[in-house]
Amino acid sequence: MNGTAGNGIAIDVKGLTKSFAGREVVHDLSMQVKRGSIYGFLGPNGSGKTTTIRMLCGLLTPDSGEGTCLGYDIRRDAERIKRQVGYMTQRFSLYQDLSVRENLEFVARLYGMRDARGAAGEMIKRLGLSGREEQLAGELSGGWKQRLALGACTLPNPQLLLLDEPTAGVDPKARRDFWNEIHALAAEGLTVLVSTHYMDEAERCHEIAYIAYGHLLTHGTVDEVIAKSALTTYTVTGDDLNGLAAELTGKPSVDMVAPFGTSLHVSGRDVAALEASIAPWRDKDGLHWQRSHPSLEDVFIELMNRSKDNFQ
Amino acid sequence: MSATDLSDHGHDIRERFGFWRRSYAMVVKEFIQLRRDRVSFAMIVMIPVMQLLLFGYAINTTPHNLPSAVLLQEDSDLARSVLKALENTAYFRFTREVHDVDEFDNLLKSGKVLFGVEIPRGFERAVRRGDKPALLVAADATDPVAASAALGSLGMVVQTALQHDLYIGDPPEMPFEIRAHARYNPAASSRLNIVPGLVGTILTMTMLIFTALSVTREVERGTMESLLSMPIKPVEVMFGKIIPYVLVGFIQAFLILSIGVLLFGVPVLGSLTLLALLSTLFITTNLAIGYTFSTIVQNQLQAMQMSMMFFLPSILLSGFMFPFAGMPVWAQYLGEGLPLTHYVRIVRAIMLKGATVQNLQYDTLALAALMLVAMVIAVTRFRRTLD
Repeated sequence: MNGTAGNGIAIDVKGLTKSFAGREVVHDLSMQVKRGSIYGFLGPNGSGKTTTIRMLCGLLTPDSGEGTCLGYDIRRDAERIKRQVGYMTQRFSLYQDLSVRENLEFVARLYGMRDARGAAGEMIKRLGLSGREEQLAGELSGGWKQRLALGACTLPNPQLLLLDEPTAGVDPKARRDFWNEIHALAAEGLTVLVSTHYMDEAERCHEIAYIAYGHLLTHGTVDEVIAKSALTTYTVTGDDLNGLAAELTGKPSVDMVAPFGTSLHVSGRDVAALEASIAPWRDKDGLHWQRSHPSLEDVFIELMNRSKDNFQ
Repeated sequence: MSATDLSDHGHDIRERFGFWRRSYAMVVKEFIQLRRDRVSFAMIVMIPVMQLLLFGYAINTTPHNLPSAVLLQEDSDLARSVLKALENTAYFRFTREVHDVDEFDNLLKSGKVLFGVEIPRGFERAVRRGDKPALLVAADATDPVAASAALGSLGMVVQTALQHDLYIGDPPEMPFEIRAHARYNPAASSRLNIVPGLVGTILTMTMLIFTALSVTREVERGTMESLLSMPIKPVEVMFGKIIPYVLVGFIQAFLILSIGVLLFGVPVLGSLTLLALLSTLFITTNLAIGYTFSTIVQNQLQAMQMSMMFFLPSILLSGFMFPFAGMPVWAQYLGEGLPLTHYVRIVRAIMLKGATVQNLQYDTLALAALMLVAMVIAVTRFRRTLD
């Protein structure tokens, strides 16, 4: 096995399972991530995203299952994987009482980079942190902290980035800059696995996977995932949508009713049955019905509702 | 007015007892957290119990059966009677017989015996001739507490020895004298004894805490997760965390010793280099033990408590406060497992007795062994994953 095996697959795992104190957090999870792609990892809180990421980079040992990460066995070669993987934790995990430059130099030295000081300096420039290099990491704003964390995990030139909810709690502008940076890195050949709750971020990924209650429910490109869901959605606008939502919820084949701003999304997998159920309201005054495509969010919420019944 | 305006009477009461309600809420929360922290809870029980048991059973300020050496240059009835009489005081226990004065001095210097008795050649004949010969009892007086009671008992010994033996006619006066020689600290100044011991005690306390907090701090601040995801090995983490504090400890030791020498007039008879080297060993041993604690405990409070658990017996059982030889055997065995015990011997021996490395082999090896054991435990205990 070789870290640069050119099979075009960065992550290839089968049947990963992990339990904590008798509770299964990840169940029989298999996934493949292509080299150079941005792979979005979605799912509700506590669905096992973080646990999966930690198993991939050797921070957790799977109870069962096997696979490779960059061609290295995730069970036996954790040390080698660590050299080639940048892992950005969910919680800010750089040293708050070290300055920006000191944090970066620490990482550079740990990875044995020859010119730690120079590498840190270059990264500071790349991150746009010039002028802040002597500031303590703990005193940076949320957006800067997150940029610094990304800088720290890309500093040793990894082949794979594992980003665990990197943009949680970051403002939209910083979020957009962050994603531009991720795309730039992927264009350079880096593989990125990123977990997120944001739908707009999911749509920026080349491929996505949806995980809930430890089960991988669906994966593919955004279009594939939407198509696979076989969901039909009607968008309703008009008066008293709250009342309508209450009336529609629980009707046969109405799988999901969700307000979206000033409109209401009514979705179901069985088109005929859905249309039969909504028929009594279709011609009601003041309501405007339009058949549309489900959004990614519709698909996920529907998946989540369904998986709740299956696994909980 | 706002309270009475509200029709809700409950709200009114809540405002009035606000102080107590809020304090109560805090009390309930603290109790819940305390109950969750099992280790802290155990320490709350164990620290006082341990302290009481140690004080109660192990500590003895008028120690008996102190290890003594005898240099027997004449094997006579009178000599044996004198030794018997010495043992009968219950202060002396002859553990070693030596054959020349050098050996005698080395045993005293290394602290393996506290007393040395020399019976000179031709002793019995000199007594019979009425020459009033002198019998030398040399004492390691670095610890005045340990030595004083035993030295005080010497006056009776001549009488006792004569009762058992001798019909040299009636002894109108002393047929021989016992000359006590309190070595190393003839003025019985407790300061000379305490200052060197304090060096070790202070170092134990500060060094333990430095490293005991080090790993838990990384865990609590969340930096451990990213550290573990990087290619660093447990041994490397350990050395990285210990080495800076060796320097800190060294500065601290230098400071305490300087004050001891300059302000309290404690001499440094032995080699300063040897003292510096062995102090570094002792500092490293403590840092390794503290680091081991930090790989075992779950939070910083537990780390502090565990350090206390270690520090207390160190003070009580190391011979720093109370004579080591006066403790029961089980307590002496416990004491041998504490680095401070060995360092207190080392530092007193070098400063007050001018001991050399040959005198201190055993304690040096013991310190090194303790350090290695602690490091091996730490490296194996260090969790490389978050499992």
